[in-house]
Amino acid sequence: MAVRALPAGSGIWGSAAGLILAAGLVLVLAAASIFIGVADMSVGALMEGGENGRALQLLFVSRIPRTLAIVLSGMSMGVAAIIMQMLFRNRFVEPTTTGTVEAASLGLLATALLAPALPIFSKMLVAALFALAATFLFLRFVAKIPSSASLIVPLLGLMFGGVINAVTTFLAYRYDLLQSLAAWTNGDFSSVLRGRYELLWIAGLLAALSYLAADRFTVAGLGEAFTRNLGLNYGRILAFGLCIVSLVAAAAVVTAGAVPFFGLIVANVVRMMVGDNLRRALPWVALSGAAFLLACDIAGRTLRFPYEIPVGTVVGVLGSAIFLYLLLRRRARFG
Amino acid sequence: MIEIAGVSKTYEDETVLDDVSLVLPESGITAIVGPNGAGKSTLLSIIARLITPSAGAVRVDGLDVQKTKSDVLAKRLAILRQVNHVGMRLTVEELVTFGRFPHCGSRPTAEDERHVREAIAYLGLEALSGRFLDELSGGQRQRAFVAMVLAQDTNYVLLDEPLNSLDMKHAAAMMKLLRRAADTFGKSIVVVVHDINFASIYADRIVAMRDGRVVLEGTSDTFMREAVLRDIYDTHIDVREVDGHRLGLHYL
Ligand SMILES: Nc1ncnc2c1ncn2[C@@H]1O[C@H](COP(=O)(O)OP(=O)(O)OP(=O)(O)O)[C@@H](O)[C@H]1O
Ligand SMILES: [Mg+2]
Repeated sequence: MAVRALPAGSGIWGSAAGLILAAGLVLVLAAASIFIGVADMSVGALMEGGENGRALQLLFVSRIPRTLAIVLSGMSMGVAAIIMQMLFRNRFVEPTTTGTVEAASLGLLATALLAPALPIFSKMLVAALFALAATFLFLRFVAKIPSSASLIVPLLGLMFGGVINAVTTFLAYRYDLLQSLAAWTNGDFSSVLRGRYELLWIAGLLAALSYLAADRFTVAGLGEAFTRNLGLNYGRILAFGLCIVSLVAAAAVVTAGAVPFFGLIVANVVRMMVGDNLRRALPWVALSGAAFLLACDIAGRTLRFPYEIPVGTVVGVLGSAIFLYLLLRRRARFG
Repeated sequence: MIEIAGVSKTYEDETVLDDVSLVLPESGITAIVGPNGAGKSTLLSIIARLITPSAGAVRVDGLDVQKTKSDVLAKRLAILRQVNHVGMRLTVEELVTFGRFPHCGSRPTAEDERHVREAIAYLGLEALSGRFLDELSGGQRQRAFVAMVLAQDTNYVLLDEPLNSLDMKHAAAMMKLLRRAADTFGKSIVVVVHDINFASIYADRIVAMRDGRVVLEGTSDTFMREAVLRDIYDTHIDVREVDGHRLGLHYL
């Protein structure tokens, strides 16, 4: 019997060609990201070897790691957001609107205070546990709110995150760690170096792994009754999804920091264009997350050259503009 | 055979199902009727293991629904609930394909695709199969959900008010389709309807509920009587015989 994938959507959004095009765009942007910067990084300079190969060293120690960090963060934050949106059945959630990232920061602060000698990988796991606990609590709480109040959910989530953040800030203030705290929750890739971003590979891998459960997440998005009717274990899907989301948030926090609202924007734009079948949408979310974050980072580095605009600011401005445009544009489709 | 044995459901101190015992056969159409709040939806959800009963048990082909693995049951029994808040942008075809999940997981075979096509055709949704659910009318969406449940191809199909938001033509077509599924494929279809005339014309058995109890189990002949209807609905309904069907004139 011929084994085929679930029905593809119409036009470019369902086709492999579209995805290959998007992947090409990511590669082009990644190349641009590597070669744009304060220090001279022309191909010529690389070939010359410069003063004892300084350009080459810069490339491998700073430029490539930075670009990789952006690609991995962009992919995984987008994927984490769309998974959360399925599990919460709400379009406005993502790790920074549900207290997930804030809880991860609290966890990281706890390790910095109580067990500063822990290896960074263990610190990330502790941060992920905090994130998981907070997200799960919030999900349980949200389940008691009628579904019609969909905008209430992110508002409550922001408040919940604010409360966690207040605790974290208070502790950080007392123990003089405020500066690190700011870096955890506001994505900044300018200080990414080799040896300081590698945990993001875990986030990237998890994002890729989530594709295996794409159909399950989509079914979960249809609701608990649909899920159980189809013989699936709703609790298990929930647990799997929340683990991915928490680990992605924790990996972001311990490396370059999470970018507020980034995943929310990417996931919503993709859902508007491609639909909500995660089997189709997940690759798009991963690729457009990488492309969008690369573009924002490049813009932030070139607009006020030689100064940098924080990537979070660019994401906020560009992202909300794109989002509003798509929201307001009347879309009519005829099947 | 679905055996419902002494099933009760209480919320806090309110009893919404009170010791219901009932046997639903392996094939044919069973209509469940009764006033609002009688417990019809609760009973259906308990049969389909979506709600845990406070007491009693339900067995489907001898399998206790609370103890049997969910994926095993999903091949025998499918349910469509009364209200389905689905805010997902899936196409009709994608939704119906998910109905095949218990059989094929994420890898539909040619056989699964045939089931999907047939279910879509059954519900007259061919022209809409590429549309997103949020681009359909309420009745079209309802038909898409029914198509999904039929694509699941289970012997037992529980439909909670499938005629909701269907126009007259599509409501009658839906009942005829269920009739055909029962007659041709020997399925057992349990359907909650409010229009007693649909129950009277299309159902093999009628189960009437009131206040969390089964008050009558019988055929159109035993159910469609003015005295019986008054007891169940607290209102007078003229019953007339038209072309061999007993019809209630509940508009008057
Ligand atoms: N989660 C719940 N908590 C408390 N009471 C509930 C709950 N769900 C249902 N009920 C009550 O149980 C009773 C039966 O509800 P059910 O939905 O089974 O009725 P129904 O026969 O399907 O009615 P309708 O024809 O209006 O759909 C109602 O009185 C309802 O208020
Ligand atoms: Mg009901």
